[in-house]
This record gives sequence, C-alpha cells and structure tokens, in this order.
Amino acid sequence: MEITSTVFTAKAIYVGVIFAITLGVAAYSTYFERIFAAFFQDRVGPDRAGPMGILQPLADAVKMFMKEDFIPSNASKWLFITGPCLSMFTALMTSAVIPFGDTVDFGNGLRFDLQGIDVNIGILWVFGVVSLGVYGILVGGWASNNKYSLLGAIRAASQNISYELAMGLSIICILMMTGSLSTKAIVEAQQNGHWNILYQPAGFILFIICAFAECNRTPFDLPECETELIGGYHTEYSSMKLGFYLFAEYINMFISGAVMATLYFGGYDYPFYDVVNDAWGTNIANFIGFGALIGKALLFVFVFMWVRWTLPRFRYDQLMNLGWTGLIPIAMFNVVWTGLSILLPTSFNLPSWGSIGVSWIGIPVLIAGLFVYHAVVGGKKKKVALAR
Amino acid sequence: MQYWYFLTALTLISALMVVLSKNPIHSVLYLVFTFFCISGHYVLLNAQFLMAVNIIVYAGAIMVLFLFVIMMLDLRRNAPESKSTLTKIAGVVTGGTLLVIFIAGTKNMSLGEVGNSYNSQTGMVENLGQLLYKGYLLPFELVSILFFVAMVGAVMLGKREAGERNF
Repeated sequence: MEITSTVFTAKAIYVGVIFAITLGVAAYSTYFERIFAAFFQDRVGPDRAGPMGILQPLADAVKMFMKEDFIPSNASKWLFITGPCLSMFTALMTSAVIPFGDTVDFGNGLRFDLQGIDVNIGILWVFGVVSLGVYGILVGGWASNNKYSLLGAIRAASQNISYELAMGLSIICILMMTGSLSTKAIVEAQQNGHWNILYQPAGFILFIICAFAECNRTPFDLPECETELIGGYHTEYSSMKLGFYLFAEYINMFISGAVMATLYFGGYDYPFYDVVNDAWGTNIANFIGFGALIGKALLFVFVFMWVRWTLPRFRYDQLMNLGWTGLIPIAMFNVVWTGLSILLPTSFNLPSWGSIGVSWIGIPVLIAGLFVYHAVVGGKKKKVALAR
Repeated sequence: MQYWYFLTALTLISALMVVLSKNPIHSVLYLVFTFFCISGHYVLLNAQFLMAVNIIVYAGAIMVLFLFVIMMLDLRRNAPESKSTLTKIAGVVTGGTLLVIFIAGTKNMSLGEVGNSYNSQTGMVENLGQLLYKGYLLPFELVSILFFVAMVGAVMLGKREAGERNF
C-alpha cells in the first residue's frame, strides 16, 4: 500500500509539474509571439511591462480578468460557458500520454516513469483528443447566437475533420515502423539517433502541415477572419472566456510540438546520451532528456510562429482542396512507400541504412509522380474548363 | 463494481436526456456524452482499443458532422410541429413491443460464473489485430469493400452535375 501511495503522490506531483510547464510555456508563447512578430516586421514589440517586457503575459492576464464578462442575452448560457472550458480541457488532455522522459530511479526499488499514463493505445488517445478539440469551438460558436460566430465555428470544424484524415494516415506510417500504438514504445524504438524523421521525411511534412491546420494557425487560421467573419467563433466572447480560447491555441501549439518531437524526433533522446549517462548517472541523463523533449517542443513552437509571420494565409476553398485532393493522396502514397521501405531491405538483404535510402527515394518519386499527374490530368481539366 | 453502477446510471440518464431534450443541439451533445460513458464501459471491460476507436469514430467524427448539419438548419423555422395523436399511439405501440422483446430476450439469460477460458487480455490491440488479420481476414476485407461502395455512393450523390448550380 505504501508503495502505491508513494507512486500516486509522485504521479500527482508529476502531473502538476507538467500542467505548470504547459501553462507557463503557453503564457510566455504569447509574449514571444509578439517579440518575433516585432522582429519580423522590424518593430520593437512589447517592452513596457518589466525589463524587456517580460511581465507582459502577467499584464495581459490581469487585463483579461478585469474586463467585463459578458454573455449575450439570446445566447444559450450554459453552452456558452462550456465552450471555452471544453477547448481548454481537450488542449490539456493530450499531454497525459506523451512520455516526457525515461524512467527515474529513486532508490529503494522505486522507479518512476516520466509519463502520465503508459496505455497501449497512446497514439490513438492523442488522435481521439485531437478529434474532440472541435467541440469547444463548435459549441461556443453555436451558443453565441451569432451568424458570424457560427460560420467561424463551422469553418473550424470542417477544417479539423478534413485534416484529421491526412494526419491519421501519416501516423499509420509511424505505427508500421514501430509496430506498437504505445507512445513509450515509439520513443524507445527511436533511441540512439534512429529518429523517425530519417525514415519518414514525407510523413513528417504531412504531419506538420496537418498540425498547423488542427491548431488553427496561419496559414490555415481561417476560423478567425476579420474581413469575412468579424472575429470568428469567439466574436461574442470577452474577458477570460476569450482568454481561454486564445490560451488553448497556444497550449495546442506546445503539445503538438511535443507530439511531433515524440513521433518524429526521438522524444527524450538526445546525442551523447551515453556519455552523460556514464559521467553523471542515469537519473541526471534522463532529466536532461526531459529538458531535451521540452526544448524540441519549444523549437516547434518557434516554427509555428516563424511560419505565421512569413507565409500569407490560404483561401478557404484552397484549404479544403489541399486537404482532400492534395494531402490525403500523398499520405496514402506514403503508407504504401513505407511498406516498401520496410519490406525491400529485408527481402534483398540490404544494409541497415537501406530502409532510410528507400524512404528518401520516395520523395523524388512522389514529386515526379505529381508532375506527371498534373501534366496528364491538369491539362484535361483545363480543356474541360475551356470547353464550357 | 461500484464504477459500473455509477457509469451505467450516467449512461442511462444521458441517453434518456437525448430523447427528452427539446433542443436538437442539446440532444446531440447528450448523445456525445453517452458515447463517452459507453467508452468508459469498454475501459472497464479492458478493451482500450475499442474505447479509443469509439471516441475517434463516433464522438470525434460522426457526431461532429451531426452537430454540423443541425447547426446549419434554421431550427426555429424547421422545428418539427407537435405530433398528432395517431403518431403518438403508434410510437407507444412500437416502443412497448420493443420493450417486450427485450424483456423476453433477457428473461432467460444466465449471468453465471465466468469460465476458465476467460482471458483479460482479449480486448488489447495486439490480440484484436491477431484475430482480425488471421482468423477473420476475409470478412474484415469484405467489410472494407462495403465501406468503399458506400463511400463511392455518397460521392456520386453529392457530385455536382454538369451545368447545375449548387449555390
């Protein structure tokens, strides 16, 4: 009993730490987003609150709480309140299955996984929670009793559903490589530098595009559009309810960064793990691994911001077109090619890097195939359009 | 066991609320909640894969589309008018018949001891995969063809005819 309760306490502390890190990163993402925006646009950015403006998130939070909490009179009150809560809830739930670090040994036979729960359906859990993410937006948008909110919500929902398919197909390739749904097993298969990005370059590109769409980030931030929708699904929201929606977006960015690091960049693996392990022991090495995963996730958060301030946004029909006729066929091709890259090296006795070679050959093949396809089918489409 | 009672009560209440709510949106949301409760039952049965798939497919995809369609309808104009006495009587008769069938079906059900052949790992992904891809490969593939046919049918129905304006 004693060991169970110790494990329980340790888990509770661990969950608290992850929660605090997630919220802290999300809060400071808002600050760094503005700093990067300022840098990209050659401005100064926030520099008033505290030295270099580092108290800006705090000031923003105080502002959010102090504003009038307004509920439109014809809104469905409970659903209006539920919307942001659901958004926040689904954003935070994913981190339960991400292995943030390897096992830490506390002595006395007490070993502790730096992971919330190691279920054998880990990646399906991530996928399920992501697919639930639309409810917060959809419910909030409908409950506002406002046409523009509803349109924004419907855009968000259809965008998320469309990009989930390509995302699922790119995850399937990872499952084929690893042979397990558990996130821990996926990370363990990538130790010592065998990162999945080497075997799955196309899959990673697909996944990151879908992650942009799922987080509603530029270039796919169509649910919010001032010129078309006034504000988007959160037009009627104010005060901390709006804050929750905005916050959930930043949490989603961080968590999807962590998921990408887990799936494609070796999770908590880092170069020279063995050296650190020999010099300072396993625990220190594993805590550095924890830091490495957070660092990788933060790097992805930076990529999200970088893209936001670099690329122009899509039009809505372009977004749908890309999702359904672009990404899904490419993802299917990638599934088949992954099968080839697993089978060919074993059947022809190629050396161990043969699998990497085959998967990288897939990209030129894919590009060539796309060119041929467009030359054949694109020409036909143009002719049909001209005939009309 | 107490989890089971709690979960079952929650499932039944939310399923009842699906039928009893006046607002279709509330009905859909209660239905989503019902699916969550059913997923909870799957977890109690140690079938985690079914739980995840149930949430992804039903709560995550199908119900979102339901919600989608209902939100697009103008509820105030398209609200169903109250039923006539005849429909109410027909509904009661149908429901009552179903109840009698259920009672007749469950009356002789034996809730005996679980035999020795019971394996707690049956519902795990690995075992399910072995079963589907070894024991029942042909039915599994046939089901996928069925889905494919349904998908082609849906695309054909939704396809824009030449010269037709859909907006």
